[in-house]
Amino acid sequence: MTTTTTAGAATARRTPPSDKPMVTFETANRRLKWALLAPALGFVGLMIVFPLVFTINLSLTDAFGAVNAGNAYVGLQNFADALTDTRRFWPAVGRTVVFTLGAVVLETILGLALAMLMRKAFRGMEIVRTILMVPLLATPVAIGILWMLILDPTNGIANHLLGFVGIPPQEFLGSVSQSLPTLMLIDVWQWTPMMTVLLLAGLTTLPEEPEEAARVDGASGWQRFVYIILPMLRTTILTALVLRGVDALKTFDLIYATKGPGGGSDFEAETLNVYAYGLTFDYQEYGLASAVLVLFTLFIVAIVVFLRRRTERSAS
Amino acid sequence: MSAVTTAPVPSRTPGRVPQRLVARRRSGPQRALGVLRAVLIVIVCAVIALPIVWMIAAAFKTNVQVTDPTVGLVFTPTWDNFQGVLADGALGHSLVNSLVVGVVSTALSIVIAVPAAWAVGRFRMRRTGSVVLVARIVPAISLLVPWYYMFAQLGLVGSHLVLILSHMFVSVPLILWIMIGFFEGLPVELEDAARTDGLSAFGAFLRIALPLAAPGTAAAAVLAFIFSWNNFIFALILADERTMTMPVLLFNFMSYASTDWGGLMAAATLMTVPVLLAAVFGQRYLVAGLTAGATKG
Repeated sequence: MTTTTTAGAATARRTPPSDKPMVTFETANRRLKWALLAPALGFVGLMIVFPLVFTINLSLTDAFGAVNAGNAYVGLQNFADALTDTRRFWPAVGRTVVFTLGAVVLETILGLALAMLMRKAFRGMEIVRTILMVPLLATPVAIGILWMLILDPTNGIANHLLGFVGIPPQEFLGSVSQSLPTLMLIDVWQWTPMMTVLLLAGLTTLPEEPEEAARVDGASGWQRFVYIILPMLRTTILTALVLRGVDALKTFDLIYATKGPGGGSDFEAETLNVYAYGLTFDYQEYGLASAVLVLFTLFIVAIVVFLRRRTERSAS
Repeated sequence: MSAVTTAPVPSRTPGRVPQRLVARRRSGPQRALGVLRAVLIVIVCAVIALPIVWMIAAAFKTNVQVTDPTVGLVFTPTWDNFQGVLADGALGHSLVNSLVVGVVSTALSIVIAVPAAWAVGRFRMRRTGSVVLVARIVPAISLLVPWYYMFAQLGLVGSHLVLILSHMFVSVPLILWIMIGFFEGLPVELEDAARTDGLSAFGAFLRIALPLAAPGTAAAAVLAFIFSWNNFIFALILADERTMTMPVLLFNFMSYASTDWGGLMAAATLMTVPVLLAAVFGQRYLVAGLTAGATKG
């Protein structure tokens, strides 16, 4: 009992395992699994539990400029302030929802189409998969700067190319109305390959028999896709949606690198994450910022719990 | 036998080969579909790859050429942009910072996340494992003020240690998630056999599972390093001038050199090329790593 697991390995080799009572073996394993898990859980817990408690506490104070200079508790005032703020908060919520929904829906549909396109092996598959890896591994700040060059209203290649098909020059990131859609398109460029990679992996694990049977029964390609493949792929699609959705909600690097603080001079690309960052580090409104972040976190948790429930239901 | 004879000689198709197999291989509409598929795949690849190609090309252009959209991919390359960026010295400094933070945070994360992943995978503790998902859900910004406060109390702000810990916060869940999928994919029979031969569960992990998981661990490590290399927000707040990493340097560089597109593209290229090389040489493993955890929910 008191010997460590490694010492146990040495003794176990000399004495047959059946000599040991079953309870001891199980107790040893229970200890082992928690011993192996403890460092990882402990690390993530420490790095998250303290900040969460700290942030929730801060959200109930009027902290401004500094976090430890005798802040007064103001109850839920910060939450009330945030929820009644129709100038910055609610527009930011709206942009976050529009950005995330628009980008993720497009990425899922395009990713699914691409995965179906690449489903059957073909020559050059390796090269295509390498190309797919590039946008999702590239440094987001570099991606932001690169697209600023491409989409530059006067000197960019994008307007030059649009000119060939008779489309007048666009402002892209330089305009108030086009900033958010443009950022969504960059996000689609960067993350559709990720969706394709995930869905392609899901497709290759599907059994072939149901589809073959449907083919024999005379189902068309579209019918097989809708009634056979999509239902079988549900878990993968929902998992990919959770992974990408959470990251899309929190998009920061791309927006901050291209639009700067506040998402531009008219806050035209200010999502919740960018808003919370500005409140925290530009205005040092720590109390209000913490309240916004608590609301934001609850919002994400609600979405993830909802989607994971659906994943589990479809998996069972 | 039938496959060999049917493929090259269509007129002498033996009757016993199923008609639809033959039809699928060579009917006119099918071939047209195949060509359409190839064209679509090429277009998609071009859309994905060309912006990156454009960035690398721009890094070798003069500033006049960069801002002239009629200058395509054919021009006389110049090394001036790279020389200009590298002459500063700050880039080399932040390159070292990025490497130190990336390597140390990845190594420490592997040490604590791989055993945990095996425990979750082998003892069916997926619910416990998914607790770590919390780390992916919480917005990083809500962690930064408390961390800053905590590390300031410890007198650590601006040190490499703070950056390493913050980057580990990203890589521990990432590696854990990838490796759970990987360990679940390993046949448990090998470990069972080893235990029948007298190895303890921990011994089976150390001597059987760990060596078998080496390719997965390598993939997870490369991905963790890339995510650390690309991370912007933690270093933006927690680093000072001595410990600034590459993405923060690039961001700062942009605000005072916004007209120096050539220099900006050279810096962006220097930051992206190592990742591109990883994608080219480790493509199979990286795809396996990215999808190992994700496809199993």
